[in-house]
Amino acid sequence: MSRQHTPSRAAMVDMYRRMALIKQNDERFRAVIKAGRIVAPYYSPRGQEVIPSAVSVNLTNEDYICTIYRGVHDMLAKGVPVKLLWAEIAGKVTGTCKGKGGPMHVTHPTSGVMVTTGVVGSSMPIANGLALASQVRGEKRVTVAYFGDGAANIGAFHESLNMAAVWKLPVVFVCQNNQYGEHTRYEVTTAAGQIADRAASYQMPGVRVDGNDPLAMYAAAKEAIDRARAGSGPTLIEAMTFRFFGHVFGDMDEYMREGEKAAAMARDPVPAWRSWLIQQGHATESDLAQIESAIARELDEAVDFALSSADPEVAELKRDVFATEVP
Amino acid sequence: MSARKPEPSKLNTIQAVNLALDEAMGLDPSVILLGEDIGDEEDGGVVGVTRGLSSKYGKNRVRTTPISEQAIIGAALGAAIVGMRPVAEIMLMNFTAVAMDMIVNHAAKLRFMSGGQTHAPLTIRTMTGAGLGTGGQHADYLEAWFAHTAGIKVVAPSSPADAYGLMLSCIFDDDPCLFIENMPSYWTSGPAPERGKRIPLGKAHVLRPGKDVTLVSYSRTVSDCGAVADKLAGEGIDAEIIDLRTIAPLDAETIIASVSRTRRAVVVHEAVKPFGVGAEIASRINEALFGQLAAPVQRVGAYHCAVPFSKRLETEYVPTHARIEAAIRATLG
Repeated sequence: MSRQHTPSRAAMVDMYRRMALIKQNDERFRAVIKAGRIVAPYYSPRGQEVIPSAVSVNLTNEDYICTIYRGVHDMLAKGVPVKLLWAEIAGKVTGTCKGKGGPMHVTHPTSGVMVTTGVVGSSMPIANGLALASQVRGEKRVTVAYFGDGAANIGAFHESLNMAAVWKLPVVFVCQNNQYGEHTRYEVTTAAGQIADRAASYQMPGVRVDGNDPLAMYAAAKEAIDRARAGSGPTLIEAMTFRFFGHVFGDMDEYMREGEKAAAMARDPVPAWRSWLIQQGHATESDLAQIESAIARELDEAVDFALSSADPEVAELKRDVFATEVP
Repeated sequence: MSARKPEPSKLNTIQAVNLALDEAMGLDPSVILLGEDIGDEEDGGVVGVTRGLSSKYGKNRVRTTPISEQAIIGAALGAAIVGMRPVAEIMLMNFTAVAMDMIVNHAAKLRFMSGGQTHAPLTIRTMTGAGLGTGGQHADYLEAWFAHTAGIKVVAPSSPADAYGLMLSCIFDDDPCLFIENMPSYWTSGPAPERGKRIPLGKAHVLRPGKDVTLVSYSRTVSDCGAVADKLAGEGIDAEIIDLRTIAPLDAETIIASVSRTRRAVVVHEAVKPFGVGAEIASRINEALFGQLAAPVQRVGAYHCAVPFSKRLETEYVPTHARIEAAIRATLG
């Protein structure tokens, strides 16, 4: 990094608010799914809270993201309203997508969440297109493509990085390297010591950063976003992290190394950041407790709203296929 | 000072599509082009469909791309979601296979999956067709793949004028459109289109009225149907020809109205016959008119094999006039 970026105190607390929202939301999701009150495939992002929180405090509502099936943290950090998200995951007509997309396809253009894909590696080519539109129109928007370490082995990753570099698109590629692609360890599938190294092939900066360190993540994100916004082209950020609840909620993590998950959970980045903020005097215990209880109330309302909302009508099967309904 | 050049009375499909792209770009700054070799520095496309457009509208709007089909469609799709009207060229229809995830899982489905919050008004131009000795990976008609996918319109013009009017409609349509250009007939001239006149999507065209049998076709085989119909007219067999223009959504109404009069139908397409568009049309006719038909619906398509190289085989692979004629005679009993 050419210069150090330090978040303001307000940005630090804002990052915490986003991280706490993701953590508390995840805890509530898992409880509600476990209780059988909502039936949905759930790819928990618990453990990866820092990455989109640090990215999103550097973005505005005008900026776009494309995310993936493990993307609830990216959506919440970008500002998708909790109520609408819950209603979508419950498959209700009041959801972001009228219940027609579900957790793997949340879209909320008002907050800049333009596409959520369930196909590994597909966020990057579409993010390029969002960035292309901004470039053609001369807008100052930035697009962030989120994806996992597994996606760095798909052809679309390479096609997309090459095209973005050739055209100097205002896009930031954020690889959330949680060290497993589905059930398979990184080194079994990836012929690169680090994914960030691949950026060199496409003549763009490639940065590996501790994605669980809010200050490092903030600095890397700000550098890349500023660069994109200035018209200097794309950056690949590889943010190192770990997922606490396996690939899909309910998986038994038997493929993981002994003690690996426990060690990662012992380094939980959310309480660590909370303690640091208080220790450093950036926030008081009561400031943060207030944030947490406001989130808890918001979640109470969201769960009630989702569970009490109506299912979509069957007529929705014919709507939104084309602009006008085909008989 | 010279007088303004009179508009030509004839155009070929290359010129017709070029004219439509040019007019669309002139009308609307959100129309942009992406594809391999499409800029003038690269010759304006492998057959020259986009020639002149990068010089006229600039490289910001006419983007020569890497040979990266997923990235091409992804870029067009992302831009379309936020209000551009991109026209992406996938040089050959077989290469759409490389971009199927972007087309089928994303472009076609985003309107539905987002509950109508986003949509993708992009047009994918692609060329194909047997007859040039290009063998098994450069000439397939794969429209059934896309017609089978909810959310994408599939358009296949049969003449230069139709190519012009349908291309304009695709560009300004709010849904993703796949636009199929027949390569061997690119250089065949036809009457020039009326400037600015768009041909509606989803509406078939009764090209030739008749009372004895209905021929349903699209793309290059429409002209084959015409040639066979001319021949049979000499024997007093009066064939009606329906040019679908748009394969999906299918204008079943026009087909059913015709066959309810003629009571006989033959579907002709260059795609392989099994599981093809012809099967769908035959089924629709049966569902609507079972009991009123004078004969089973006939289908004429390519052999169920890869497009062959040998001229002898390639000539027989596509629906020949003899096979079309035999199918018509089979309905006449």
